Amino acid sequence: MPVLDGLSNTIARIGILSYDFPMAKNPEHRDLFPGALEIMILQSLRLKPMHGYALVKHIKQVSDNLLQVEEGSLYPALQRMLKEGWLESEAGTSAKGRPTRIYKLTEAGIRHLDQEVISFEKMFAGITRVLAVTTA
Amino acid sequence: MGWFQQLISRRRRYDDLAVSIQEHIAERAEELMEEGMPRRQAEQMARREFGNVALIEHRSREVWQWPAVESLIADLKLVFRRLGKSPGFAGTVLLTLAIGIGANTAVFSVVNGVLLKPLPYPESERIVALWLNAPGGGLSNFSKGLQLSSSMYFTFGDHNRSFQSIGVWTTGTANVTGLAQPEEVQCNLVSDGVLQTLGVPAVAGRWFSTADQDPHGAKAVMLSYGYWQRHFGGDRTVIGRSLQVDSETREIVGVMPRRFRVVDRDFDLLIPLALDRANQKLSGFGFNGIARLKPGVSLAQSSADVAHLIPVWMDSWSNGPGTNPHYYETWKILPAFRLLKEQVIGNVGGVLWVVMATVGLVMLIGCTNIVNLLLVRAESRQQELSIRAALGAGRLRIVRELLIESTTLSLIGGAIAVGVAYAGLRLLVHMGPADLPRLSEVSLDARSLGFTLLLSVFSGLLFGSIPAFKYARSTVSAALSGTNRTVSASRSRNRSRNVLVVAQVAMALVLLVSAVLMIRTFAALRNVDPGFSDAAHIQTMRIWIPDLLVSDPVTVTQMQNNIADHLARIPGVASVGFVGAVPMAGFDQNWDEIRVEGKNYEGGEPPMQLFNYVSPGYFSTMGTRLVAGRDFTWTDLYGLRPAVMVSENFARDSWGSPSAAVGKRVRQFSNMPWQEVIGVVQDVRQHGVDEKAPAIIYWPAMLNDPYTSHPTIAAPRYVTFAIRSDRAGSQTFLNQMQQAVWGVNGSLPLASVETMQQIYGQSMARTSFTLVMLAIAGSMALVLGIIGIYGVISYAVSQRTREIGIRLALGAHRTELRWMFVRSALALTGVGLAIGIATAATLMQGMKSLLFGISPLDPLTYIAVPLVLTAAAALASYLPARRAAAVDPVEALRAE
Repeated sequence: MPVLDGLSNTIARIGILSYDFPMAKNPEHRDLFPGALEIMILQSLRLKPMHGYALVKHIKQVSDNLLQVEEGSLYPALQRMLKEGWLESEAGTSAKGRPTRIYKLTEAGIRHLDQEVISFEKMFAGITRVLAVTTA
Repeated sequence: MGWFQQLISRRRRYDDLAVSIQEHIAERAEELMEEGMPRRQAEQMARREFGNVALIEHRSREVWQWPAVESLIADLKLVFRRLGKSPGFAGTVLLTLAIGIGANTAVFSVVNGVLLKPLPYPESERIVALWLNAPGGGLSNFSKGLQLSSSMYFTFGDHNRSFQSIGVWTTGTANVTGLAQPEEVQCNLVSDGVLQTLGVPAVAGRWFSTADQDPHGAKAVMLSYGYWQRHFGGDRTVIGRSLQVDSETREIVGVMPRRFRVVDRDFDLLIPLALDRANQKLSGFGFNGIARLKPGVSLAQSSADVAHLIPVWMDSWSNGPGTNPHYYETWKILPAFRLLKEQVIGNVGGVLWVVMATVGLVMLIGCTNIVNLLLVRAESRQQELSIRAALGAGRLRIVRELLIESTTLSLIGGAIAVGVAYAGLRLLVHMGPADLPRLSEVSLDARSLGFTLLLSVFSGLLFGSIPAFKYARSTVSAALSGTNRTVSASRSRNRSRNVLVVAQVAMALVLLVSAVLMIRTFAALRNVDPGFSDAAHIQTMRIWIPDLLVSDPVTVTQMQNNIADHLARIPGVASVGFVGAVPMAGFDQNWDEIRVEGKNYEGGEPPMQLFNYVSPGYFSTMGTRLVAGRDFTWTDLYGLRPAVMVSENFARDSWGSPSAAVGKRVRQFSNMPWQEVIGVVQDVRQHGVDEKAPAIIYWPAMLNDPYTSHPTIAAPRYVTFAIRSDRAGSQTFLNQMQQAVWGVNGSLPLASVETMQQIYGQSMARTSFTLVMLAIAGSMALVLGIIGIYGVISYAVSQRTREIGIRLALGAHRTELRWMFVRSALALTGVGLAIGIATAATLMQGMKSLLFGISPLDPLTYIAVPLVLTAAAALASYLPARRAAAVDPVEALRAE
């Protein structure tokens, strides 16, 4: 199917639940750490406010298909971030010209994002260092 | 963002979400179509890729919800719908709960107001009532202890180290003239220190100052709030005005706040005692002492402190020349201080806790019935619950739902109960013994409402948990099969209901036994000869002839004689007399020692006896039998003849028999002339029918004052008139009495106008109150018990219809069938009776103080009550049993 292509064996799934779509079931998919989805969304929306489908496509594209967002986790995540006040939604039009809701970052969202990125980079640095040690 | 904001923006959020998701899917579908997929397929594909749209939308919505609350609200809606469908069940339960919780709240309010709440004074737990004990003085025969004398007040006040403030007070009445009508009012006479000890500031004006207590200074008076409102309309300019009290002009210096009482006495006026330090004697033990402990000082310490002051007191004052002040050492006077609250409450605690326990038991019995009802209801839902359990509902979830139902019911019942409690409280206060202390402080306050809430929730959880845990546990197969063609209702089902019936019967037995014991106590009390006869036709009234109106004691007696004559002339009056204190009046006229001629009181002093002062004709008016000798005559009185009359028990103790007493001689103090005993009257229950009749020495109403060193005449100025007439109590009669008194002197108000029946009734008020409460509770318990047994048997019958049909078809007699059910009921009742009798036997020991003339293990009661209960159980089970026997076997076997 055109949705999945050759790099499927290294696709990381961002999400908790994998839904019952036979082609998508791939034993090599793995879940990312909690909070990963939120950072991705926030960063993407920082670049440019988008609606739901555009967001999914953006992440997929920019990550070169390494990351794929499950809709099943996207929308609950969006609602959570709305509740926390990191995003706000307003009426807008989709790529096809139809009415939809566009999600935008707020000031609080920007602050939260910065904090999370710092913390992520620290974690990443730590992992890198541990993995870099090849001799005992 | 605030939860309120969340709530109102929810609609918009849900809309946004729906639109987003729809658009997401539509975009994807279009993309697929652009790649060449047909429309239909593209849309399906897009949908499938998205996932379970409904589930995802639901989970996204959940972010904006509070799942716990929402599910609770959903449960509640369900509960209300189901209750609405069975109004009979809901109505019965609500009614039972409302009455049970309401009655308990009403009684709790009384218990709270009387026993639990602190007294309405600041830091009331530091206030002490100064009572003394004098075991060597022979007082314990008829008195609760020794009060203070005014000289003691001075000594203790000067030398104590434990009290911040100390004072003495006593009650009295006063005649207020100069206002619309002469009125006799209640007053409290207070010394310096009393108001300071109580610590309640005046609402207008000020307290008495030390200057106001000067016996030779200007005279002051304080008003009570009620008096202020009634006579001065709450006018603040009343401060500084004057009032005519007992023919003396007094200046109004202050007004006390609403509901303020000195300890437990209501008053209209406060008057300074104005004790004269120069003129004090050791004796005169008639004052209530009250003091506030210094911070850090305990009751025991203060007792020890004052114990050291008793010898100091004896050294500081004397009873007159020629008397020995250290005579009082024989009395062995010691402080018996109590916290003021204990003093006020006295022994009423016993009654109140009994009533509380009673009402609690009735509530339990009611709850038992409700549990039965709920069990039946849960059983009818068993299939539904089992299916839910099979589909994955957790046990806790089902239990939770059942508990929510029962708690909702009980909370609604509790809300209705508040209304019932309010009405019940008014009834209790109206019906309760008038001498119940602190009755005015009883009200439905926050604590009572808190109690109601607590009781509602607790009972809801209690009777909900039994069916809840029973049915949540049931295994699927047993439940889904139910009664069918091959299996009748199983034993285990009925076990909880049977246990409940046994409990009900036991509790009902306890209540009924206590009720019957109280009835017999009451009957026993009524059978006691009080010492007077035909109380309903004896009218009493009190007259106070103040010093300033008539100074000469002989004139006082003549005036009293005159009043008696005028009263005797009213049509319908058979006889008139007057006395210092009528029986059961609540106070004693005097007590002192009396020496019998010829008796040797080895080394010590003779024990003290009760004194009373009577006019000629008093005994015949009261119907007190003259056992030997004769009554006083007016010649005896005016001639100051040294004569006394004695009560029968004193005569027997001193001389062996009443007839032997006549002509013998007694005297009060060794330096006084002998008095001749001219008559003996029957024993009179002066302190109430439940106490032994005290020995009484009757002095004539005019006599030589025994307490002065030179001869003076004394006459009691405050006497109670007794009038025997068939018209006692009627309004016209009272008017005529008033006219008769005013015909003698227009400024003498009548006070305490009651018939002896009323006085007698009041003295029994505590017993009759307990009796009424227990009787009500007992009958309610009986009714509830009958309903309970009826319900259980009735249900058993309906469950076993098939079985009955089979038995009938196989040839059983209808009487056998009926007997089968009645027998099961009687078996249950029997067990309940056994448990109940054992419980009652133990509990009734606790009620001993309330019983009179009957043992808590009275065999007649313990036989009669179980018989009654058995009969009731038999009847209650017979009715449904008859229904069982009337079953048509064909119908029973056919239906499923």
